[in-house]
Amino acid sequence: MKTISSQAITDTVASLCIQANLHLPEDVQAALTRFRQQEPWPLAKQTLTLLQDNLDAADRNRLPICQDTGMACVFVELGTDVHIEGDFEAAIHEGVRKGYGEGYLRKSIVSDPLRRGNTGDNTPAAITVHLVNGDGCRITVAPKGFGSENMSRIKMLKPSDGVEGFKEFVLETVQLAGSNPCPPVILGIGVGGSFDKVAYLAKKALLRPLDRSHPDPFYAKLETDLLESINALGIGPQGFGGKTTCLGLAIEAMPTHVAGLPVAVNVSCHATRRASAAL
Amino acid sequence: MEHKLTIPCTAADLAGFHAGDTVLLSGIVYTARDQAHKRMADALDAGEPLPFDLQGSAIYYVGPTPERPGQVIGSAGPTTSGRMDAFSSRLLDLGNLVMIGKGKRSDAVKEAVVRNGAVYLAALGGAGALMAQCVMELEIIAWPDLGCEAVRKLLVEDMPLTVVLDPYGGDLYESGPKAYLDSTL
Repeated sequence: MKTISSQAITDTVASLCIQANLHLPEDVQAALTRFRQQEPWPLAKQTLTLLQDNLDAADRNRLPICQDTGMACVFVELGTDVHIEGDFEAAIHEGVRKGYGEGYLRKSIVSDPLRRGNTGDNTPAAITVHLVNGDGCRITVAPKGFGSENMSRIKMLKPSDGVEGFKEFVLETVQLAGSNPCPPVILGIGVGGSFDKVAYLAKKALLRPLDRSHPDPFYAKLETDLLESINALGIGPQGFGGKTTCLGLAIEAMPTHVAGLPVAVNVSCHATRRASAAL
Repeated sequence: MEHKLTIPCTAADLAGFHAGDTVLLSGIVYTARDQAHKRMADALDAGEPLPFDLQGSAIYYVGPTPERPGQVIGSAGPTTSGRMDAFSSRLLDLGNLVMIGKGKRSDAVKEAVVRNGAVYLAALGGAGALMAQCVMELEIIAWPDLGCEAVRKLLVEDMPLTVVLDPYGGDLYESGPKAYLDSTL
């Protein structure tokens, strides 16, 4: 049995909030560079160059990559042999409060969806906990901006819609989103499960590095095919037109009901941020 | 084509701006997003003055991150403009000429742009650190209780923008992708 203090969790979450907002993950940076090199359309290439300049400016001036420093989505893989000293969830919220304050990050959370009212410290975090074997504790902070989140969609397809219906729904989502989610986008796609699980799968898919494809060759090929189809839509960086509409996508699937085919697309932007640490 | 533009401006200054052109914008820019637009609409309904003069103005849809000590502004990229559609036509008809944001606009806004010889310019979405470099001065002039949504008066220099909606009915979000796709045939 390993003991982890709530203070250690708070400090880790705080530093991950800052790190994620100031530095893009390497796999996303690499995808941006690769697509810029391959972009044939001048205005699109110029726009991708400016997006890279932005990363340099953020680094140089210690500024967040994007002003929408997001809702703090916190994922914890918690070993069943770990004992947390103190209040686990309160420690995470405190970490978000600390990180968003000390990191000069924007506070974008309202306390009630209908009555609104900014909480002033970007809490609460959106916490997801996974119990795993062993005594590890791995925390990922993935701040999510809502320009892209608002373009996400979910649909309960019919089993007869099949692979084609699934692909069509994903393409339609990107097409409808157009310039709004700050393309080039990154997509997390969930398929299967139930209404709630499929949305979770889509969000979880956004955590997978872009240079890693699905372990099942069927889904790996589906990912490649979908990426190619999306990048033939012509939307381009910022919606100005061009080849680079999507930097990468991941599909997460799970068993579902004989009568169902749930699909969810979690749309994210070129500034898809995530940072992890193990305690 | 690249244009230099200084704000405040007149409709005559915007003649010749076409969708897809790039603009380096300097001068005074007011920030306003969701809540500030709502309050401006309420003020107009009540016959009260607005926090700034709309004539020839530029409005930037942005809610910046807090500035660090010694910095003028934090990260300051555009937010999605479509949420301001319900308010924009009225502001354009009252003299606002330049809107800065990102993403699609409604048909009503497109018509108001043409009617008033105005423009809708796109800033780089998700590139807040780059946009921040163009801001020389910042002053909160209204509704500080709104935090990042308060109305700020910015002095900007050579802000790199792209014309999306022009006074002639052009829309880069339609013409840009089409031009690219035509080039691949």
